[in-house]
Amino acid sequence: MAEKSGAEILVQTLLDLGVDTVFGYPGGAVLPIYDALYDHPKIKHILVRHEQAATHAAEGYARATGKPGVVLVTSGPGATNAVTGITDALMDSIPMVVITGQVATNLIGSDAFQEADTVGITRHCTKHNYLVKQPSELAGVLTEAFHIATQGRPGPVVVDIPKNVQVAAAEFSSHNGLKNSRYQPQVDGDFKAINEAAEMIMQAKAPILYTGGGIINSGPKASETLRQLAELLGAPVTSTLMGLGAFPASSDQWLGMLGMHGTYEANMAMNRADLVVCLGARFDDRITGRLDAFSPNSKKIHVDIDRSSVNKTVRVDLPVIGDVGRVMEQLLAVLKGRKFNAPDYEEWWSRIKGWRATDCLAFPESKTEIMPQLAIRKLWEATHERDPIITTEVGQHQMWAAQHFDFEKPNKWLTSGGLGTMGYGLPAAIGAQLGDPDALVIDIAGEASIQMNIQELATASQYRLPVKIFIVNNEYMGMVRQWQELTYESRYSNSYSDSLPDFIKLAESYGWTGILIDEPAELEAGITKMIETDGPVLVDCRVAKLANCFPMIPSGASHTEMLLTPEDVKGTMDDNAKALV
Amino acid sequence: MHIKEEQVERHVLAVLVDNEAGILARIAGMFTARGYNIESLTVADISADHAISRITIATNGPPHVIEQIIAQLDRLVPVHSVRDLTEAGPHVQRELALVKVAGKGENRIEAMRLADVYRARVVDATTESFVFEITGAPDKIQTFVGLMREVGLVEVGRTGVVAIGRGPDSA
Ligand SMILES: Cc1ncc(C[n+]2csc(CCOP(=O)(O)OP(=O)(O)O)c2C)c(N)n1
Ligand SMILES: [Mg+2]
Repeated sequence: MAEKSGAEILVQTLLDLGVDTVFGYPGGAVLPIYDALYDHPKIKHILVRHEQAATHAAEGYARATGKPGVVLVTSGPGATNAVTGITDALMDSIPMVVITGQVATNLIGSDAFQEADTVGITRHCTKHNYLVKQPSELAGVLTEAFHIATQGRPGPVVVDIPKNVQVAAAEFSSHNGLKNSRYQPQVDGDFKAINEAAEMIMQAKAPILYTGGGIINSGPKASETLRQLAELLGAPVTSTLMGLGAFPASSDQWLGMLGMHGTYEANMAMNRADLVVCLGARFDDRITGRLDAFSPNSKKIHVDIDRSSVNKTVRVDLPVIGDVGRVMEQLLAVLKGRKFNAPDYEEWWSRIKGWRATDCLAFPESKTEIMPQLAIRKLWEATHERDPIITTEVGQHQMWAAQHFDFEKPNKWLTSGGLGTMGYGLPAAIGAQLGDPDALVIDIAGEASIQMNIQELATASQYRLPVKIFIVNNEYMGMVRQWQELTYESRYSNSYSDSLPDFIKLAESYGWTGILIDEPAELEAGITKMIETDGPVLVDCRVAKLANCFPMIPSGASHTEMLLTPEDVKGTMDDNAKALV
Repeated sequence: MHIKEEQVERHVLAVLVDNEAGILARIAGMFTARGYNIESLTVADISADHAISRITIATNGPPHVIEQIIAQLDRLVPVHSVRDLTEAGPHVQRELALVKVAGKGENRIEAMRLADVYRARVVDATTESFVFEITGAPDKIQTFVGLMREVGLVEVGRTGVVAIGRGPDSA
């Protein structure tokens, strides 16, 4: 067998594993790998401008394509810069493999130049991580890393490779597949549990499907199965932020998103349901509101591939461990086998109709200012026929996008849910555009968030990526200001976006087209121009500065205590509520 | 506002893991990261090829936290199995301690007498000190150490608990 260097083995193994795109940034401790990449044009290396962006771009790529995102960064600062995106991927269950350079094995522990304890630092923000000490272990470790990142509940895996391991040689023969992996998560649901679930469904008078990002992660087929299941059941469907797109927003059965900024009808239906079928969601605190008041009268079925998600915050009556797509198929089969014929749930739907009548997403009109909600709706109107991929930053604009941009398909909505990372949207859009070159990719951004990874304008320019950024510019860290209005009597401590750059000039200096939308009358034309302009475009859309995002369940409140309009805001909160995130 | 404490119970868990670098940090770190308690933790490799280690963890928490601890341990990639011995039924718990006492006269005689009652063995002796070795359930050791305090305890080293289920089946 021929000997190859560790770096060669690494690149060869990536090729064997079907990797075609790597997001990275070079440095001393990965120079051997970069040199090996030089000979392998089949792997497209995307040079970002900051390692955090490499991780978010990999997330965007993964979320848009369903394939794992791959990142390559150097030791020390390269690795620590990547930590935020790694944590983001862990929280949102995004498959990702991060290869980090490390100082040579004999230097580890000596505080060598650009040494950081990457394995130690990332132990709790990865699904698993490795320090590879021999080039002979590389192929096996990488193969297992991809297996772990993609199987079961997906997540980030870090492979830390000392520089001498990249240089040293070992025997290598191309091989595919992984034999006897020690990681074999349960995919099929337990048959008894599925039958019990069917039983509970057959008994329900007011059931609701509460869906989450697990359905997206399970693959496009799971979204198909969800549609079939929902059709058979005739029950209302709601979703977490991460699950948007799994179920078509145009369906009559769609209630909109639930939770803190969810719709009145979704939250009320959760509260009043007699059966909650949780499909690939995890009862996050942004969903449940006050735990002891969460869906108090329902039986709960929880389908999840991760056993630790079950009974973590909310106790359920029936856990079903398995891949949510597979479990839904099993459930469908059992229900059909039992000739299940959904009752029309007439009373249940009539109550839902009542809640819908509040028209909770309505927002005040303005002749002088662009209402941010209207900007999102117009964006949707102008683009939805092209099935755009929408990424977001974090803040009010993100919630308005979730509320007002309707999704029909999975893998089109890319947002940082669990970690809520400002600066996610632009690099994620870059990753998504690379994964789906013909798609219309738009980052719906806030003027504060976009500055957290603004340097990535250059990456999009370099690779001729026609990414669009739509800044909902309210000159505030709007979500922070909103909380200060709710909790701290509008004492706006450090939430004003002072000294903003001229975004148009900034965009132009990177070779982008910049479009300013300043008045309601310019909105539609500005959006049209954005779509019709080739290449990357940044839109600075100046919106009403003090608009807030409703409905809202304040911290510590229950689903029935939603604030629907600004008039519901008291301006103060007790310490217990203040202490909640 | 005040922070509330919950009622806790003690559980002993047997965890089989791959014997690989960093495994202890992974497990101990998971406990600290998620705010779980460790009363004691012991680890040693137990298979003929040194591939598998057995970790015995004595922990405490409210029942729902114990359930989470087990699930969180179980999802770590190098963890093969987690067994809650406290939940599984009758099991044996043992711990070893080395206990040094120093003194003369009546204290010395009393220490010897108590050691005898508690079946502690003398593993080192000088004219003014003993080192006792004692094995037993943690509470027996606790009591013994408490008694030694009154007759000249100098230092004590404890291994932490190991445990195994009764009967023919394995964890
Ligand atoms: C990295 C990071 N730092 C801080 C926060 C806290 N945070 C959440 S929203 C927000 C304000 C975002 O402002 P902007 O991007 O303008 O969005 P807007 O709410 O105005 O739409 C901040 C600071 C965060 N989510 N992420
Ligand atoms: Mg803003």
